[in-house]
Amino acid sequence: MAYSGAIREAYRSELSGIREKGLLKEERYIHSPQAANIVVEFPTGAELKPVVNLCANNYLGLSSHPDVIAAAHKALDARGYGLSSVRFICGTQDIHRELEARLSEFLGTEDTILFPSCLDANAGVFEAVLGPEDVIISDRLVHASIVDGIRLCKAVTDTYKHVNMEHLEEKLREHQDKRARLIVTDGVFSMDGDFAPLDQIVALAEKYDAMVFLDDSHATGFIGKTGRGVHEHFGVMGKIDIITTTLGKALGGASGGCVSGRQEIVELCRQRARPYLFSNTMAPPIVAGALEVLEILSKSTERRDKLEENARFWRKGLTDAGFVIKEGESPIVPVMLFNAKLSQDIARDLYSEGVYVIGFFFPVVAQGQARIRTQLSADHDIPLLTRALEAFTRVGDKYGILGLDKKGIVAKYGA
Amino acid sequence: MEDVILAYIRNEYLEDDDEVELDADTPLISSGIVDSFSMVSLKRFLEKKYDITLPDEDASAESFDSVRKIITVVKKHGGGK
Repeated sequence: MAYSGAIREAYRSELSGIREKGLLKEERYIHSPQAANIVVEFPTGAELKPVVNLCANNYLGLSSHPDVIAAAHKALDARGYGLSSVRFICGTQDIHRELEARLSEFLGTEDTILFPSCLDANAGVFEAVLGPEDVIISDRLVHASIVDGIRLCKAVTDTYKHVNMEHLEEKLREHQDKRARLIVTDGVFSMDGDFAPLDQIVALAEKYDAMVFLDDSHATGFIGKTGRGVHEHFGVMGKIDIITTTLGKALGGASGGCVSGRQEIVELCRQRARPYLFSNTMAPPIVAGALEVLEILSKSTERRDKLEENARFWRKGLTDAGFVIKEGESPIVPVMLFNAKLSQDIARDLYSEGVYVIGFFFPVVAQGQARIRTQLSADHDIPLLTRALEAFTRVGDKYGILGLDKKGIVAKYGA
Repeated sequence: MEDVILAYIRNEYLEDDDEVELDADTPLISSGIVDSFSMVSLKRFLEKKYDITLPDEDASAESFDSVRKIITVVKKHGGGK
């Protein structure tokens, strides 16, 4: 047996280190479908507790929508459970190609290729289209999966300060000697909930002959007047060369992701992207569920409109109560607490109050920027959010942070 | 040279509201102040400023991990005379 006692001890000691630093991640078991109200077992073995869910990416409330479930059931009967193949051997059904076409139509792009997840899309796309003669210039707060994808690519890398257009312009000027320049950004940044200024990014891309990459995972389905994404919000649909996004958040929340954009780029992904070539195809029920989601979204903007209303109500409610939040328009609303322990304590107390939220701290966010990230859903309603606000206010009052600014909270609890 | 490089790093890598204490021995890359993706800018700045050429093996995450280490590399290649 090669798994020696010494190795076991070394791993155990690493795990103890993680636990001692208070960084151990523990799963909470949910005993109900994903929804605004869920039933949670936490800690493990504890009595089941009904709570309001304010930490899901279920932005449009479609994760357990009856029409989506029915479509998945139907496909399960008609097309089977799985395909036991990668796409290019015998893993492409007509519905996979149909979903790719529907996504292209929805996102306003030339073509789309599905991946098992958006993490896989980000892992595969850079290496498939860029080489050592090219440069990738990314926002410093892009998602971890983009960072990993860039690491797998041989292109020169550079970064610009978060949403700082002067800095981006400087970098574009510096790299005019490269064959291709690719600006890389999230649409909505997942930890801060702010938008990338895509209109300005596109203008700079045109001025300095660069392509634009957008990961719109926290926007597809609900940002922009008809929910197409941040490119719709800023009036630059058709001008983004590569969009990656997920089916695992607003679009039904099951799994799957895609690269959507210029036809040649999508085709190069089909030829070269390793997570596409060497990982299993999406299961038929999930493909059919996603198709139904797009059908629902093309009929009405009711859900994204309600989400917008909920986010506005929640942002105003928290601000009026005296919390410090990250300004913005998205349904990601970070409540800033700055101190890691404070974020954990408040999240625990809120759970006792029946509100399920998570505290985030270093290394997930920068040192001294601990927060509770709240996320709204179209499944929430104003009475439910009012009750959640009351719970936040009670807990905020207990810790004496209401009405304090960053300096006040840091003076009281440290950063 | 120390002040020039420190000033460059403050300006290039820190945000206005960052309250990070920075001196010649502060870890830069291992601490996350300088992200490894943008070392190309730091390398380009040093080459231009001190009129030197830095081979890739001397522009690594290890050799750029503090201002003191950077100064050693720059001097090794004839910069700052």
